[in-house]
Amino acid sequence: MRHDTRIAVGPVQFRIGSDWARPIAALNRLYASYPQDPERPADATVRLFAARPWRRWLRPSVQIGGDFTVPDALPLPLAMGLLAAEMGMNLQVALGWRRHLLLHASAVEKDGRAVILSGVSGSGKSTLAALLGETGWRLMSDEFTLIAPDSGDALAFPRAVSLKNEAIAEMAARVDPARLGPLLAGTPKGDIRHLIPRPDAIAAMHDPARPALILFPRFGGAAAAVEPMGEGEAFVRLTEASTNYTALGEAGFAALTRLVRETPAFALSYPDSATGLALVDRLWAEAGR
Amino acid sequence: MSAVRALVDLLAGRRDAASLAPREWDGVISVARAEALLGTLSVRLEGAALPAPVAALFADQRAAAEIAQRQALWEAEMARRALAEDAEFVLLKGTAYAAAGLSCARGRQIGDLDILVPWHDIGRAENELLEGGWEWVKPDPYDDAYYRDHMHELPPLIHKARDRMIDVHHTILPRTHRKTPDPLALVADAVPTTSGFAVLCPIDMACHCAAHMLADGDLQGGLRNLWDFHCLAGDFVAADAGFWGRLDARAAKHGLRVEVRRAARLARDLYGTTLPSGWDRHDPGDRWYRRRLLARDNWGGASDFLLQQAFYIRSHWLRMPPAMLARHLWTKWRRR
Repeated sequence: MRHDTRIAVGPVQFRIGSDWARPIAALNRLYASYPQDPERPADATVRLFAARPWRRWLRPSVQIGGDFTVPDALPLPLAMGLLAAEMGMNLQVALGWRRHLLLHASAVEKDGRAVILSGVSGSGKSTLAALLGETGWRLMSDEFTLIAPDSGDALAFPRAVSLKNEAIAEMAARVDPARLGPLLAGTPKGDIRHLIPRPDAIAAMHDPARPALILFPRFGGAAAAVEPMGEGEAFVRLTEASTNYTALGEAGFAALTRLVRETPAFALSYPDSATGLALVDRLWAEAGR
Repeated sequence: MSAVRALVDLLAGRRDAASLAPREWDGVISVARAEALLGTLSVRLEGAALPAPVAALFADQRAAAEIAQRQALWEAEMARRALAEDAEFVLLKGTAYAAAGLSCARGRQIGDLDILVPWHDIGRAENELLEGGWEWVKPDPYDDAYYRDHMHELPPLIHKARDRMIDVHHTILPRTHRKTPDPLALVADAVPTTSGFAVLCPIDMACHCAAHMLADGDLQGGLRNLWDFHCLAGDFVAADAGFWGRLDARAAKHGLRVEVRRAARLARDLYGTTLPSGWDRHDPGDRWYRRRLLARDNWGGASDFLLQQAFYIRSHWLRMPPAMLARHLWTKWRRR
């Protein structure tokens, strides 16, 4: 490929190639502070390419490919190349990674213990994790949390946080502007802007944490509500949040069973971020120890 | 050296894994993934001197392949339970290799469950599978009719709870194909495995492997099919010194002599299969096949666009007579 770069996030070494210089330059700015080992072979390859030769110049559009591809995925305009790269990286991990149980969840850590936040897109899990990451917690992940089958530990995957819509202004008010990527307006997922995690979160990306709380946040509703969740329901919800639970077979079942047996779980709904943060702190004080 | 060449040389044992520069693995891993050979490569290089991240990735792949294989055999068991007790069915391709414990099964990725059922039983088998929880994948009436009228298999079925596909074949090449292997002989001479399944006898298995690779389709995934052929030949020769002679006679019976011979030569050229004297010749046409098999760039992407297109057109040309091909393309084009 004409342009390429390498990025290591948590245990995964990516190689990203592109027909255009811009997405690679944008990635390099976003991931400049991440540790680099140029000698390390890549676990996963992402390709950003023009689906038809003329699409390199004429209304250029980025097709997302790599080791794994989604057959009918629509290309994105070149201006959203950074989003295409992010989707490509997520795709490779979601479909290719087998070393750990993958949960579609964000996570934060304090004192070596992790709070795992699982929920569908729009549940506010990324925003909550990003906010917690600015208030005394280590941000582990905003998209994937990895569970090691042998130890039961949670592992971090601290890629740049993908802030969406209202969350952009909320975070921009709190962080150094140098930690924000370019605004990608009007993407299929709404407005997107990336947030570079704090340097300590990047430096600690290989440090595992013991799962202490599993939360299923839901943004919206008039009042705050907290509902303890049984092991069975947490188990079923997390199988749905995992992209490789089936592929891991018995090891996946054992890891997930252990996780829900050893970790208290709660569903919480919250009308605004401040309430959400307060709920997490309260649950941490009551049940997370 | 190109990554796809390095992959083939590593599989063939012509190249020492320690001779690769760390970053050469990038391309080898991508190409192996694209060709569904990463599990196979990780088994082949178990114990070799590898950079630590590659060794860890390969260990993941071996473990994953073992689980996937168990799941594939379980799917075969599910089909056995769904089909009537007295129904004859023969496992094909990946699941058959795993059930028979053949060397190509180690680390091999297995996609759908492929089974062969005698033509007179096909309606019954379909009913039993539908009752057992499988559903049609293609709701399109043209595609459905196309499968039923012209193909060698039923329209694909998927299990609604386990989300796994089954392909129920009644022969091994499309009915409209220029080559028409004898499906009754395939079923009649099938052999049992220790686990109680039936698989094709060795010479038929090799014929099917060659036919699948060279006569059915555009050689996509051909490196994997060729690796199967290479391993099958090795396993079967070790058990029966007269294998090649018997294979030749059987291929002639099925009308697949050209395909089987070519598969053998390509396996020799790329993976170093040892051939007997009568087979060990050179055919100038083979080089197009070799080029097609190796058409991958160092990023795992398809290369050699024109050659790929040529093989794609060839696959349709083989699959149906010209008038029918024209009708088919016209229908497909109109609904684009």
